[in-house]
Amino acid sequence: MPRVKTRGFGVRAVGDRIFNLTTLAMALVILALLAGLTAELFRHALPSIKAFGFGFLTSTDWDPTTDQYGALPFIYGTAVSSALALLIAVPLALGVALCLSEMAPAWLSRKIGFMVELLAAIPSVVYGLWGIFVAGPWLRDHLDPLLAKYLGFLPLFQGPQVSVSMLTASVILAIMVLPYISAVCTDVFRAVPRSQREAALALGATKWEMVRIAVLPYGVSGIIGAIILGLGRALGETIAVAMVIGNSPQISASLFMPSATLASVIANEFVEATSTLNLAALVELGLVLLVLGLGLNIAARLMVYGATQRRFQKPA
Amino acid sequence: MADNKMSTRDLRAFFHKVEALHGVTLGFAGNRVTAIIGPSGCGKSTLVRCLNRMHEVVPGAACTGQVLLDGEDIYAPAIDPVQVRRRVGMVFQKPTPFPTMSIEDNVAAGLKLNGIAVSRAERDRMVEESLRRAALWDEVKDRLKRPGASLSGGQQQRLCVARALAVEPEVLLMDEPCSALDPISTARIEELLLELKENFTIIIVTHNMQQAARCSDFTAFLYAGDLIEFGETKQIFTTPARRETEDYITGRFG
Repeated sequence: MPRVKTRGFGVRAVGDRIFNLTTLAMALVILALLAGLTAELFRHALPSIKAFGFGFLTSTDWDPTTDQYGALPFIYGTAVSSALALLIAVPLALGVALCLSEMAPAWLSRKIGFMVELLAAIPSVVYGLWGIFVAGPWLRDHLDPLLAKYLGFLPLFQGPQVSVSMLTASVILAIMVLPYISAVCTDVFRAVPRSQREAALALGATKWEMVRIAVLPYGVSGIIGAIILGLGRALGETIAVAMVIGNSPQISASLFMPSATLASVIANEFVEATSTLNLAALVELGLVLLVLGLGLNIAARLMVYGATQRRFQKPA
Repeated sequence: MADNKMSTRDLRAFFHKVEALHGVTLGFAGNRVTAIIGPSGCGKSTLVRCLNRMHEVVPGAACTGQVLLDGEDIYAPAIDPVQVRRRVGMVFQKPTPFPTMSIEDNVAAGLKLNGIAVSRAERDRMVEESLRRAALWDEVKDRLKRPGASLSGGQQQRLCVARALAVEPEVLLMDEPCSALDPISTARIEELLLELKENFTIIIVTHNMQQAARCSDFTAFLYAGDLIEFGETKQIFTTPARRETEDYITGRFG
């Protein structure tokens, strides 16, 4: 009888456990980093939290000379500039993505796709400079008068037209988030199964109708994901915005006027902050930005989850 | 061949430079079921996809020759492929319900396309009629608002038949419609063919010879891109004229 060698069952299980523990540890490091970061922000913001309480979030007063700090103008500036940037960027990005995935021949699609992705490689300080010297003055001289002429009945488009403004910042932000949204959407559209497109075409759908009934509905959760990604970028973008928004801590209805965002005011005032309270207030702005970003991400994820549970079921 | 609803003349199909169909000339009788049989890769699917201009949707695909629908060449330069597909509907191998749409929206999907404007009442009537024709109405009439993807595979395929019928095509192409279905669902679809041919001309691709024998009036045998034999189904399965046909239907190759 030949002897049959047995290896036993122990070896692989140990290897797997080491692997499991290692990956678990790596995942926990991320959580620990986030928790540590939040705790540290909280600790440094404590003087300001004690001094102003929840009033910090609702006060519009931001005055280092009298040590009075309120975050509302910056929350407003962040929300409006990000929303406006998405309003401009999302339709453009969807158009670019549809062109790349549905219309353009493969060789052209690759070239255009590459150039769009190059937009993401431009450093944000370069966008800022371009905004100051080119885009801002151009918008002031050409777009603002048009908006004031035809939409001037809205408070949004009234008042003096300044080149460093909410509008300029939003336009720059839109250009900066465009490549992220369009790249993700292009992948999402390309992932729509051929069978879905063909099912639409075989019904006698034109190309646009095929996009409308097969491609867009199938990709809806991916599109929302892409928009969240863009929103995350827009909320946190600092330097380019700080250079073109004008950094004025006030809420004005007109988009032609200077404003400030949470990120831009931190970048602008941090080095010059003198009093403890001023520094703490700036850190608290960072905390607000972090919570805002997390909250929006969670909300958006719930939205995707809701959309997919309610009406999106993958075919068997 | 005078009463053929559709016919092809020297139809050649290409994928890039590779010729997949080597000049097929074939007629499809009106209000009859014509089966196309042959081993995998023989060009069956390519042939039917040429009949509603779906072949050209694949990058690099092209075809030459003529395809006549009521005597008119559907590849003539002035013809819009979208209009061809309106008249020549198609059901695919795997069920392809639109996953975000309800059962009734799936059926009505084709009705909402350009040029077709129907009232709400008319739409509901056509949804019901199409579902009845596809023998699905009784199973889904109480849950028309549910997602189309919530149905079983066999029901999904009948949903796709109903969707194709709703735009009132003249010809219905079926590309191996039962290959992803269980025997009971398959029998259901086969019954359906017999009912549908009263109103439609049906061309079905199948790799299941029993299926062709059971439910078709005419059978075409394709092999390696050539039409080997065409005739009445009974004749093809009892007294095939060509040796290759006999070998294939008796299971000696393929």
